[in-house]
Amino acid sequence: MTEKKATGLTKGLAAIGSSALFTLRVIKDAFRAPFELPYVWLELTDQGWRSLPLIVASGLALGLVMTLHTRTELIKFGAGAWIPEIQCLSFFVEIGPLVAALLVAGRVGAGMGASLAEMRATEQIDAIEALSIDSFKLLVVPRVVACFLALPLLTTFMDFCGVTSGFLSEHFLSHISLQLYLTRAFSGVEWSNFVPPTLKTAVFGFIIGTVSCFFGYTTNEGAEGVRKAATNSVVMSSLLVIVADVILVKIIFIMFPGTAL
Amino acid sequence: MSDGKDTAVALDHVSKTFGEKQVLRDITFSVGRRETICVLGRSGTGKSITLKLIIALTKPEAGHIWIDGDDITQLEGRALSRVRRKMGFLFQNAALFDFLTLYDNLALPLRRLTEKSKQEIEEIIDRVLHQVGLSGDREKLPQELSGGMKKRAGLARALVLEPEILLVDEPSSGLDRITASEIDELLLAQKQHTTMLIVSHDVHGARRIADRFAVLDHGRLAALGKPEDLEHHDNETVRRLVMEG
Repeated sequence: MTEKKATGLTKGLAAIGSSALFTLRVIKDAFRAPFELPYVWLELTDQGWRSLPLIVASGLALGLVMTLHTRTELIKFGAGAWIPEIQCLSFFVEIGPLVAALLVAGRVGAGMGASLAEMRATEQIDAIEALSIDSFKLLVVPRVVACFLALPLLTTFMDFCGVTSGFLSEHFLSHISLQLYLTRAFSGVEWSNFVPPTLKTAVFGFIIGTVSCFFGYTTNEGAEGVRKAATNSVVMSSLLVIVADVILVKIIFIMFPGTAL
Repeated sequence: MSDGKDTAVALDHVSKTFGEKQVLRDITFSVGRRETICVLGRSGTGKSITLKLIIALTKPEAGHIWIDGDDITQLEGRALSRVRRKMGFLFQNAALFDFLTLYDNLALPLRRLTEKSKQEIEEIIDRVLHQVGLSGDREKLPQELSGGMKKRAGLARALVLEPEILLVDEPSSGLDRITASEIDELLLAQKQHTTMLIVSHDVHGARRIADRFAVLDHGRLAALGKPEDLEHHDNETVRRLVMEG
């Protein structure tokens, strides 16, 4: 029993160590030539452009649902005029960044983990190494960099869609004009409510990219490894995004005290 | 062992273990320059891993592997890349990069590892694709190619840097007899100017191409010699592999 525990502990520590080394290598190689810009662009298209329909649809649906939920309660207290501002702030500060990150973790994270694991299983990674090309630099770094860049952009789209569907919902229910909605929505919003929370998603992107690539690149179990890599990528990156969110929100509060709602 | 100027590849008491299973035990043999050796053996006897050890995709627990006088087991980074560039590797399932077209699969090593212009790269790829009979398929993705075409494409990629040593893992696996024979013809065409190590189950093809056979049995080198000499070997497994395949 004790031996089993010790083996588990050793394996756990080894996994932490290897993931930490993997992360350090990503950071180091991201600043080392060649910069693989064509492959970064390829990944940006795949991760960003192809995630856009999911982000837009989710943003529109969430914006609509949030307005429907909040307006009943706020109207009870005669605070219907606050609906646009609450909608806007909640999307900019938390809903947009976190939901976009979790959606990307699901769509992109699973895809990255599975595709790298499949490349490992089908000897494509070995083939790259056999050609004297650094497979880590070619396959891992562009994916992480693209994820790092794509997430703030996708978050901005999600914020925009959330606010837009919030307006449409309010417009149909209370006939509010676009101008009045925007005036009310942005009356209490400062740049610090938008920029730091959006930029924090770059960290989420880094986490999703690194975690997914770690599970995909380091697997060595054939077809079973592909399944495990996809599942572990989503579970672990979602979990770490949530943990990172708590930490980053606290840091943002310290750096921009005005953003605390 | 490494000093012979006529030796391209030399394995010197190489052993390899995976977990608790010892796959290769104390393997020693060498391949002469422009010589072709076919590695035969039953499934799971460490044939493919021998090729991966030679190109340093994995390291042995014991022993040395000399490539043109460099011990590849001791090399890292640029020194390892320099030695690896002398070798081409045709993987069992071709291992084409599925996110790139056939043209880009071949262009990748040329763009990365040489100073050649776009025009020169274009010419080399055209020549190599013509050589393997895939001139009309350069814009296809790997998933659009048949098994035989993938093998030829894999061979084209292995040849694009004009390697001195060609490592070939199961060139005929999963192919019909005629297609396998076409791959054999392509390998025969390389024979005069390339050192080749071919892992194969197909004794008929191997007999056409190989100068010598190396037969592995239970991780050990059971026999090494000309095919006709091994037909009368003491070891029954060797005899059966050489005679029946």
